[in-house]
Amino acid sequence: MAEPVPVLRLEGVTKRYGVGTPAEVEVLHGIDLILNKGEFVALIGPSGSGKSTLLNIIGLLDRPSSGKQFIEGVEIGPLNDRELTSLRGHSIGFVFQFHYLITAFTALENVMMPMLVDKAFPNAAMRERAHALLAEMGLTEIENNLAKNLSGGQQQRVAIARALAMKPAIILADEPTGNLDSKSTDVVFGMMRKANVDQGTTFLIVTHNDALARRCDRIVEVVDGRITTTSAA
Amino acid sequence: MNRLLPFEWIAAFRFLKEGRMQTLFIITGVAIGVGVIVFMSALLSSLQANFIKRVLTSQPHIQIIPPDEIARPLRPIAPGVVYSPIIQRPTQRLRSIDQWQRIRQQLLAREDVAEVSPTVSASALAVRGDASRSITLTGIDPDVYFNIVKLPEYIIQGQPRVSSEEIIIGKELAKDLGVSLGDKLNVTAASKATRSLTISAIFDLGNKGANERSTFVALRTAQALSNLVGGVTTIDVTVHDVYSADVIADSIQAEVGMQADSWIKTNAQFFTAVNAQKTSNTAIRGFVGLSVAFGIASVLVVSVIQRSKDIGILRAMGASQGQILRVFLLQGGLLGFFGAIVGSVLGGQGFILLHDYMRQADGTELFPLILESSLFVVAVVVATTTGVVAATVPALRAAKLDPVAAIRG
Repeated sequence: MAEPVPVLRLEGVTKRYGVGTPAEVEVLHGIDLILNKGEFVALIGPSGSGKSTLLNIIGLLDRPSSGKQFIEGVEIGPLNDRELTSLRGHSIGFVFQFHYLITAFTALENVMMPMLVDKAFPNAAMRERAHALLAEMGLTEIENNLAKNLSGGQQQRVAIARALAMKPAIILADEPTGNLDSKSTDVVFGMMRKANVDQGTTFLIVTHNDALARRCDRIVEVVDGRITTTSAA
Repeated sequence: MNRLLPFEWIAAFRFLKEGRMQTLFIITGVAIGVGVIVFMSALLSSLQANFIKRVLTSQPHIQIIPPDEIARPLRPIAPGVVYSPIIQRPTQRLRSIDQWQRIRQQLLAREDVAEVSPTVSASALAVRGDASRSITLTGIDPDVYFNIVKLPEYIIQGQPRVSSEEIIIGKELAKDLGVSLGDKLNVTAASKATRSLTISAIFDLGNKGANERSTFVALRTAQALSNLVGGVTTIDVTVHDVYSADVIADSIQAEVGMQADSWIKTNAQFFTAVNAQKTSNTAIRGFVGLSVAFGIASVLVVSVIQRSKDIGILRAMGASQGQILRVFLLQGGLLGFFGAIVGSVLGGQGFILLHDYMRQADGTELFPLILESSLFVVAVVVATTTGVVAATVPALRAAKLDPVAAIRG
């Protein structure tokens, strides 16, 4: 069996808010976590346990107060904001509960957006890739519809296609099916699983849905800012 | 997506297009502001050109006159003696300019001077029967003088010519003395010399005072009547740039040693009025510009709030702060640009309508139609820049949005 390749490594990561004030609070206490390439991991825990904070740190939207973080072997601590933004654009994809497509653009343009932000000028290759990703999601017919005219399930599939556009190492999904009915949930979950299997993309999915979590490769549970269990589903 | 446009331009256009009602309202606001500015600027420059044309119709740009006569005490100043004389200013006699032919040649050699005309100006009495009127007799060489003062354009009867026995008078004087074209008029100068002159033309300068007093005769006739044979009392000068007349007058004064008065100096009140008009116009333009800037800024502030989630998503997918900043700066610039285009058309059309509608009693235009393309270029450049500057605060706010907070809302 091939040696697992870590794409994310957290070592003793903490996060404190209100540092130096009477209201100082530590929400993450010494988190150690490794995500390997091609893993499909569920992140569970009660509300207020620190899941979102952990997801923001992993997604390079926030910096840890202490500890070390590596994305594909690159330590992010010494990076400046510009380098961090660039690394985020290339290595991390996001899928959010409320889809968050940019309503002024079509489905196809939304998928092209991460590539456009990276390369500045649109080109045929971007359009081709976006088209192919939407085809994989079964959305070819609606690719030229404005994002605001799509159903919830369609929007979430477009969001997954967009997250895959830059071929990121990790896709972070924050309650990706939290706003969908059970049928759409199955479709969206299936799409993420397919991308995981076909492209070897690592997924970290925050969910409150136990059934969904059990369908992942591994479950990581966070309680009161600590990882309490990390087990095979 | 237009392949020639970068991400920032595409996003700016799409955001403006999506909020089309908001965009339409602010472009209308900018257009009204720019329209007012264009309209006022065009009107001011046309009125100013018209005023200046009227002022310069009946007077030269620069007039060279002999220096004033002054009295000097002849008593020698003894050392150690202090005395306080009372010196009476002497009366100013009608005198000729010394060596005026040489001065004329000197002036004609200057590049900034267009035309030079020696004249004799003296007061006289026009007599017909029992009626008499005091007049200003101007002796001219018509060939050059009419290049300086466009008298032929204002002649309402007769021909613009003055032989040694002819005189051109204004319509008020003709009315007062009951004379018409071809009639004889006795002119008595201060020197008691009298001539009987035939009226060759009657003019209307559009000014009652000038029509009552101004008369024109041949230079030689005026010289004879004023006892200044071979002499001239003033040298009238036309320059190429009317607005530099005061500077050129100073330079001429230094060069020829005579007093040189520019039309700017002799019409100081007119210039004060023009400057007051300019100042008030600038103030109005400034305030209109300011309100346009605040309009754009307020719309973009709202837009940043409305689009905070979009901004958060774009930041999450790797958009830099600089890219977000540029998206909003561009929106400000585009609102200013398109508003200025519409405003320029509105302002220009409004001005043309006003020009066509407002006519003088005789049907001629009230002011010339001056619409320079530079006015529109400046309006568009300034409005676009104002839009970008006005967008700075909202754009910075957008760029500094914390993506986590923005996505959460």
